[in-house]
Amino acid sequence: MHLRIFGDPVLFHIGTVPVTETMVTSTVVTLLLIATAVLLAYLATLRPQHWLSLVAFMIVESFDNLVTEIIGRRHTIVSTLAGSLFLFIASCNIAGQLPGVHPATGSLATTSALAVVVFLSVPIAGIRSNGVWGYIKHYFRPNPLLMPLHVISELSRTLALAVRLFGNIMSGHLVVGLLVALAGFLVPTPIMALDLLIGLLQAYIFAILSTVYIGAAISAGEE
Amino acid sequence: MNDQTIIAVVAMAGAGLTMGLGAIGAAIGESRIGAAAMDALARQPDEASSITRTLFVSLAMVESTAIFCLVVALILLFANPFTGAAGG
Repeated sequence: MHLRIFGDPVLFHIGTVPVTETMVTSTVVTLLLIATAVLLAYLATLRPQHWLSLVAFMIVESFDNLVTEIIGRRHTIVSTLAGSLFLFIASCNIAGQLPGVHPATGSLATTSALAVVVFLSVPIAGIRSNGVWGYIKHYFRPNPLLMPLHVISELSRTLALAVRLFGNIMSGHLVVGLLVALAGFLVPTPIMALDLLIGLLQAYIFAILSTVYIGAAISAGEE
Repeated sequence: MNDQTIIAVVAMAGAGLTMGLGAIGAAIGESRIGAAAMDALARQPDEASSITRTLFVSLAMVESTAIFCLVVALILLFANPFTGAAGG
């Protein structure tokens, strides 16, 4: 039995760049999501009464409401980011349930990239709403001595975001693989159902936590 | 018993201990979160959506310590730099 935990098999090379299985999976998921989004946007402008356009409006509205509840006001950019993160992670996790497909989020590289996106969005959002000085000032509150702790907390929560998503998805996939190898057909079905739930939950949590972090940076200068 | 066997035995025992001891704290914390959320739901059923959202987020944050233990245990078992089986 072959266990794959940290490795990522190289499928083919483009020039000298190795293309791994995770890259292919995440690219396919991204293209499918973009195609669906373009289709829904086209439909929503042409025929707003169609039920698919209503579904699209509901999705956008629910992300807007989520961000409004957390940040305290409507913020289209943040809800776009949170919605994109949620849809991408959820699609990757669910794609992992297809036979023969390894979930792209079960690779530490993908989750680290997503966490770095959130890590970089936090100061950008903070500087946009508070100005450079207003954002940097919050590092020295309530006491300049606490500045290293602020920095460490930003770094460690980025690490926690990446490792949490990776560990959950990878372990769920690993348990299903072990059960298939040990017990065989149909036994891992309940675990796969649990994996579906965990995949959606982790995507939701990633989106919520990134919204909370960005919202904290936006309101950093308001105390 | 050569060196490789000793390393493998210690790594397996360490992985078991990591997972077992690491799950204790997360389990206690999650049970307390669940109990507190039930209490809050019973007192204020109107706030159900907000309570549920906070419940899931805090469950995930507490659970991440157990997930870290799992990742460390898997590194010990499958990507241990001392056994020559690195790379999983």
